[in-house]
Amino acid sequence: MASVTVTREQRGALRRPVATTGLWSWLTTVDHKRIGIMYGVAAFVFFVIGGLEALVIRAQLAEPDGLLVNADQYNQIFTMHGITMVFLFVMPMGAAFFNYLIPLQVGARDVAFPRLNAYSFWVFLLGGLFLYSSIFLGGAPNGGWFGYAPNSTTDSSAGMTFYALGLIITGIASTVGAVNLSVTVINMRAPGMSLFRLPILTWMGLVVQFLLVFSLPIITVGLVQLLFDRRWDTAFYDPTRGGDPILWQHMFWLFGHPEVYILILPAFGIISEILPTFSRKPLFGYQFVVFSGIAIGFIGFGVWAHHMFAAGLGPVANTAFGISTAIIAVPTGVKIFNWMATMYGGDIRFSSPMLYAVGAVMMFVIGGLSGVTHAIVPHDYQQTDTYYIVAHFHYVIFGGGVFAFFGGLVFWWPKVFGRLMNERLAKVQFWILLVGFNMAFGPMHVLGLQGMIRRTYTYPEGLGLTFWNQMSTVGAFLIAFATLLFLVNIVMTQRKPKGLADPDPWDARSIEWMTSSPPPAHNYDEIPEVRALDEFWHRKYAEDKSGRIVRVPAGAAPEHDDGHADAGHADAGHAIHLPSPSFWPLVSAIGLPIIGYGVLFGWWLVGLGAMVVLVGFYGWAMEPSVAEEV
Amino acid sequence: MSDTETPLQHELGDRMPDPGEERAPHRSHPSAKEYIRIGLILAFLTALEVATYYVDISRGILIPTLYVLALLKFVLVVLWFMHLRFDDRRYARFFVMGLAGAATLYLIVLIIFGAFSR
Amino acid sequence: MADVAIEHAGQGEGGGHAAEHATTTGLPSTKLAMWLFLASECLLFGALISTYILYRGADPLGGPTPEDVFDIPFTSVSSFVLLASSLTMVLALAAAQKRDTVRMRLWLLATALLGMSFVGGQVYEFTTFYNEGLALDTNLFGTTFYVLTGFHGAHVTVGILMLLSVVGMSWADRLPPDASFPVEMVGLYWHFVDIVWIVIFTVVYLIPSGAPPA
Repeated sequence: MASVTVTREQRGALRRPVATTGLWSWLTTVDHKRIGIMYGVAAFVFFVIGGLEALVIRAQLAEPDGLLVNADQYNQIFTMHGITMVFLFVMPMGAAFFNYLIPLQVGARDVAFPRLNAYSFWVFLLGGLFLYSSIFLGGAPNGGWFGYAPNSTTDSSAGMTFYALGLIITGIASTVGAVNLSVTVINMRAPGMSLFRLPILTWMGLVVQFLLVFSLPIITVGLVQLLFDRRWDTAFYDPTRGGDPILWQHMFWLFGHPEVYILILPAFGIISEILPTFSRKPLFGYQFVVFSGIAIGFIGFGVWAHHMFAAGLGPVANTAFGISTAIIAVPTGVKIFNWMATMYGGDIRFSSPMLYAVGAVMMFVIGGLSGVTHAIVPHDYQQTDTYYIVAHFHYVIFGGGVFAFFGGLVFWWPKVFGRLMNERLAKVQFWILLVGFNMAFGPMHVLGLQGMIRRTYTYPEGLGLTFWNQMSTVGAFLIAFATLLFLVNIVMTQRKPKGLADPDPWDARSIEWMTSSPPPAHNYDEIPEVRALDEFWHRKYAEDKSGRIVRVPAGAAPEHDDGHADAGHADAGHAIHLPSPSFWPLVSAIGLPIIGYGVLFGWWLVGLGAMVVLVGFYGWAMEPSVAEEV
Repeated sequence: MSDTETPLQHELGDRMPDPGEERAPHRSHPSAKEYIRIGLILAFLTALEVATYYVDISRGILIPTLYVLALLKFVLVVLWFMHLRFDDRRYARFFVMGLAGAATLYLIVLIIFGAFSR
Repeated sequence: MADVAIEHAGQGEGGGHAAEHATTTGLPSTKLAMWLFLASECLLFGALISTYILYRGADPLGGPTPEDVFDIPFTSVSSFVLLASSLTMVLALAAAQKRDTVRMRLWLLATALLGMSFVGGQVYEFTTFYNEGLALDTNLFGTTFYVLTGFHGAHVTVGILMLLSVVGMSWADRLPPDASFPVEMVGLYWHFVDIVWIVIFTVVYLIPSGAPPA
């Protein structure tokens, strides 16, 4: 075995960790697969917490004049529900899929900057914990996830200060991660993997990272300005001193609209992987799906004021944004038609991932239809601030996004954990979730058009809103039950012995399925050479003279004969280099919430936090590049 | 493994991927003299900018002049000091995306606020 | 699979000339990352600058205006200093590319010193303005001015720390023999901070605020 030369002795604290098992190994990991799993676990825990918050909301709203929570508590709960679901569940779950799968899908051994990857995860986790610590330290954020000023700038509890600081912290995590994954996709592809041979999940991932890079700085400034208004009495959003609360809305939605595409594009990527696999057909119009993803990202920066139609921007602005909003429906429609065409004529198996993917498309279309009605400005005057909007975004984010996540989890579970989830339970769970979801959010269309106002802790009797609210609440509890079933499935599955005899149980198309299930730490024994889109599929199947798909005997595909009789020999004896674990990303990350607490409670903590950050970065820069040979 | 070979080159040998076709021909770096020359131009432009403070010019001429001078300085630093003029086009693409994006979006916001019709 | 030897490798995450050839584009990953980050920063400073422009001259309750407090000659000197630091930065890079370590360290230190003068000038300016009655919470001008220039100053400070770290690492022999790559990366960040100031100097200091005279 080749040895690694360490040019200087490894001093004490700077010695690199070497553990591969146990808690310390997880705290010091820089392996994108482990980081992806940690993102997924954390995201799912936050999903459950956000779901419990939703259950409180639905229990409170099941009856008029509800007494479960008072207005102040309700405000905190629905605010945390929104923040949790958007920033602590959907975004990190997307990050989980991208972190685990992108390096595998492009044929790399890890991301471009592995320690930075670990740093992103820890900053996210600590940011989420920081946000939730607010409950015990003065009150949770209570101004809605959208934090409209001047309510958010003047509220006397500490909650919205936690909001500003917490989201700045999680924003740092996402920005850093976005740069990392972008460079990974651009710069670390396997030989032959041109951009138009990238698996579609990776393509959507690339678009998401660019959206993050360009939208997060805007909200960062908005949040800083909000923070300064609250903490140091600046005038950014204070109308009594010439500030304009509408500026906050612009800052927020300039980020907030690209954000919703950040939320949904991972799901579109997942759907685009599952549908072809279970139709045994290539994704129809792959290039159109790619271009429409890019178009959605680009146009997504041009529609933000459609969240502000009732804010008084004037007819010119409203018209312009109404038009751009209508236009953005087009590339999304392109994707839907491509998905349908993928399935058409395919050899379809409705395994549970397929059920989820198809369900996601259908639910998304419903949400998209209500979205189109929002684009019509006079109609939006009627809908805005009502439950009709709540219905819309839950249909697209939950119906489209979360359903796709469930599908993706079942689909890639065997790859990640080496065990297949229980298929029958997964199918039962899907149907219960579908029914519960539609019961919970379908009625909200009606409630909204009947005038039920959002963001309000109760409603009076006699308005005719009770029946649909009750149904919605029942639906919410069904969702909870379905989630519980999914958790049961997870526990059942993980109890099975690890390791799949067949690493490719779904007969899939992209190269991550070539590795064992789970993959080894180094991903590929030999980095595959890529000659086509759906490279793995082409190694398994060819078309015979009549165009039928026939299985290629292993290793004998004529187009893949590159002279290497045994693919393993070419690299035998050559070392594979993996990045060493490190604890400095975690140390560096801890400094950020400390600074946050300092802004709230005392300058000395800011100083301490800054010191921790500096020491962390110093250690990071100074640690030896490799672990000591034991 | 030789000194100059990277781990990935070592692994992939002759199966190394081709670098992108858009690599700009590797032009020589500017010399220290050229950099100093650029620095002097920058100082001169700054002096012009400061001079506007002392001279009585109408607002309608002053403001475009200042923006042009600032733009010239900006471009000089980006193209020469940050080396974009000599580097691969792809770096410039990223930067322009951010710059153009920022300019466009914020211009729209300012227009909506009527900041230019006061 | 048994013949595959796995080692833990140098965390040379994309730096250095050798790494240029190990990537799909042939470009070093760190440099791509730096340019993407700088693109992102355009949106950050753009937001702060736009907020300043939006609120310029619009204080309904009066209070100090830019014309009341600005000392253009003083700030002009600061601007020259920062521009000069960009020149010394690029000379440091040229020295690094020629493997002239002594000159490289000298120019890097010069850059850091010029940067520190700039920050010192900012501190002096802020203190003076404060004593003249302009605080963060006085009015929109105070609010937008201090936050925008404060953020810029913080970025300069981070840059100074990075410059000093590179000098320190060079002294402790912890840089590769060809130190031009880390110097180039720090340089890109430093020049960016300079071009932001080019915009700020014009937009904030030189363009008249249009505020009604006190």
